[in-house]
Amino acid sequence: MERHSYKLEKRLTPSPVMVFIIPIISVLLALILGGIFLSMTGREPLAVYTIMFTDSLGSKYGLTETIVKAIPLALTALGVSLAFKMKLWNIGAEGQFYMGAMGASWLPLTFPTLPVYVMIPGMVVLGMTAGGLWALLTAIPRAIWKVNEIITTLMLNYIAILWVDYLVFGPWRDPLGSNFPITAAFSDAARLPGLGDSRIHSGLFFALAIAVILAIVFKYSRWGYSINVIGSSERAASYAGMNIKRNILLVMFLSGAISGLAGMAEVSGIIGKLQHGISPGYGYTAIIVAWLSKLNPLAILIVSVLFGALQVGGYAAQIEGVPAAVATMLQGMILFFVLGGEIFTNYRVRRVSRKGEESK
Amino acid sequence: MVKKIEHLEMVGITKRFPGVLSNNNVNIQIKTGEVLAILGENGAGKTTLMNILYGLYKPDAGKILLNGKQVSINSPKEAIALGIGMVHQHFMLVPTLTVCENVILGLSKSFIVDIKTATQRIREITDTYGLAINPDAYVWQLSVGEQQRVEIIKALYRGANLLILDEPTAVLTPQESKELIQLLRNMSAQGNSIIIISHKLHEVMSLSDRVTVLRDGEVCADVCTRETSQDALAQLMVGREMAPCQREGTFSPGKAVLELQEVYSQGDKGTEALTGVSLTIREGEILGIAGVSGNGQKELAEVIAGLRKLSKGKISLNGKESTKMSPANIIEQGLGYIPEDRLRVGTIPSFSIWENLILKDHHQRPFAKHLLLQNRVIMSHSSSLVEKYGIKTPTLETPTSSLSGGNIQRVILAREITRSPVALVAAYPTRGLDIGATEYLHSKLLEARSNGIGVLLISEDLEELMSLCDNIAVLYEGRVMKVIPVEEANERVLGLLMAGIAEQAS
Ligand SMILES: Nc1ncnc2c1ncn2[C@@H]1O[C@H](COP(=O)(O)OP(=O)(O)OP(=O)(O)O)[C@@H](O)[C@H]1O
Ligand SMILES: [Mg+2]
Repeated sequence: MERHSYKLEKRLTPSPVMVFIIPIISVLLALILGGIFLSMTGREPLAVYTIMFTDSLGSKYGLTETIVKAIPLALTALGVSLAFKMKLWNIGAEGQFYMGAMGASWLPLTFPTLPVYVMIPGMVVLGMTAGGLWALLTAIPRAIWKVNEIITTLMLNYIAILWVDYLVFGPWRDPLGSNFPITAAFSDAARLPGLGDSRIHSGLFFALAIAVILAIVFKYSRWGYSINVIGSSERAASYAGMNIKRNILLVMFLSGAISGLAGMAEVSGIIGKLQHGISPGYGYTAIIVAWLSKLNPLAILIVSVLFGALQVGGYAAQIEGVPAAVATMLQGMILFFVLGGEIFTNYRVRRVSRKGEESK
Repeated sequence: MVKKIEHLEMVGITKRFPGVLSNNNVNIQIKTGEVLAILGENGAGKTTLMNILYGLYKPDAGKILLNGKQVSINSPKEAIALGIGMVHQHFMLVPTLTVCENVILGLSKSFIVDIKTATQRIREITDTYGLAINPDAYVWQLSVGEQQRVEIIKALYRGANLLILDEPTAVLTPQESKELIQLLRNMSAQGNSIIIISHKLHEVMSLSDRVTVLRDGEVCADVCTRETSQDALAQLMVGREMAPCQREGTFSPGKAVLELQEVYSQGDKGTEALTGVSLTIREGEILGIAGVSGNGQKELAEVIAGLRKLSKGKISLNGKESTKMSPANIIEQGLGYIPEDRLRVGTIPSFSIWENLILKDHHQRPFAKHLLLQNRVIMSHSSSLVEKYGIKTPTLETPTSSLSGGNIQRVILAREITRSPVALVAAYPTRGLDIGATEYLHSKLLEARSNGIGVLLISEDLEELMSLCDNIAVLYEGRVMKVIPVEEANERVLGLLMAGIAEQAS
């Protein structure tokens, strides 16, 4: 009997086939593993999945909701991908989203009578500025003292969420409303127009536009080139005369601004006021989305829709008595398998017999 | 115990990379106690061949015979098990661990590490071969030469009796090179086999028993060292006769382009690395910096490029004070800089060739217009550089990391020289270049000189300095011992100055 062993050999270039197949296999494996988990808790996995996917993708209403969820996911994922491109690990999209929502809400709450052509652009600018400045808070210590941005961006998430809570429970609470932690409803001028009469709002165009802009920046612009250089080697970047500090500040600000825009679009397009818990964790899921998309802006759009569907499906499952956390679990598993599967894009498996002779 | 390698043969080895035939039907062989030198131009396939022997690459065709029996080596682990060790050009040590810890790293099967017996065995090895090193020293405290010894000990500790060294002397000081060669002689005298890759022909001549010359991936000669000569080898490698470059024309320097006045600066470990350096480089002058590396050369180059702060002193570039300028401004003022560390500073290995060629100019015309890169201009510029500088690469999109060592250096040279700087700082520019490329670089430096560029050439090769420079400054412990005109320089004078002895050197 010949005995065989297996060996990984690094590929010279990542396999293009694998780049495409791995995510698909990963989703399937995640579904299988999730299914085992579901059946262990005494449920019928197929039935649960059927409900999840017919509800999220099988009807006009479900599709609409999926897109509604995909918009903030795509925007926040685009935001973090910009920072990730430079190896700045901004995991504070959640906080930047909240601050963006707050900044944008300030305008209609303070000047409710502004006309629409002042109100919407004003909210966009305020939302982006607030999200950007929030991110800048972590970029400054990072640029000057190299303070680890993973910790600071994460911490600021909690502050931002609690700060918005403070506002809606306290000073910004609607005096006319009952005791709910919500602000007064925005005027119509402060609402992003919808597509037809659906809940899909024009935030969709923000996401599309930013994806296209980032795709061009990454691939064709001189700034994208610098970001790439800095992200790949700071020493080479300073040798080439690039201003690393300024780029850290700029990239973090813009990264936060895009997540801030997501917050603005959410309060203006969907909720119509500021309130407690405006995000079910978009800013965190965004990290997964950006990573699965390999920081490719156009892939982010597609993956966001998938994750939006998971989220909507999760809600549907909840109605059937399965916790909505099923969706989160599946998201985590998909990420797990994609990261694990990456080894096959960069390596190939070879079978070697004990005597060392190779067999195909 | 590892079996003794009496005879090793690689037969008909062929290895293809996308777009390159790196080894084509190569045969080499080596016996116990023999030193085999492998020569060849940059990109000839030397490293590839050795990586195959060490189990890093799988050949597309060919076999390896060990003591007459065919073996297949699928990983460095299997190579080590057969008694083959390799010292790569870029060391793979953990700086925060001690020598002993580095040596036994990855060996111990049990959880508890027996440092004491390990130290004992390391001492035995160092005694046998006369390798001076303290097993308890931390690797970050060691010089490059000492780190290399640790790599050698690592291989010996694992029972290697065939040692492969890939350009081991490229990063060593002349003194360290001498010591290494002595060490390798000892090792072969005690029955070890050695394969060494080198571009330095005098080392090859003095150390090896046989020489195999590769050209474009094929063996073009296999000769006994005793029956050949340096010139013959050079000709075999390059395929034509070599004429060493000489300075021509009279030395008629113009105005000063780069001036340092009493420059002080700290090194990485916080000690003073430069203590009052004053130098002037004028248009059309090549000023050499001689000295054992580690005496402030790296810091000198970095303060000029704006990558390291001065603690005192003044630098002016092209008539303007540049002491506090950003690296970007200094580049704009016309400084070219060929850095010592080509993989971490000079290039970005994961980037393609064209991306590395525009590293410093990506933001300006003609490579960028408005906000966008001008790909067509960049590509035609890049392909003309690749051709002019003889960079061996299948495409412009090839990542720089897959080029051979010498070709990476050519990418940097191409970029820095064609930017037509006012002043050019070149730190060890010929490291790793083959003799043809070295000659070419020399001619480029001389051409720069006759075009009125002021060149600061940092090198350890005294011959190189004496044939190219107008003046030579000797750096010792962060000070300029003396600046002497090349006519007055000879090896003895420079050697004394490099050792810090000023009195007798006049
Ligand atoms: N991993 C790789 N992927 C693609 N091409 C490679 C790879 N390694 C080597 N090559 C190509 O194979 C050829 C031979 O390279 P190799 O490194 O063996 O040259 P070398 O003789 O060691 O040169 P040098 O003296 O410059 O170190 C080169 O053209 C190089 O571009
Ligand atoms: Mg090589």
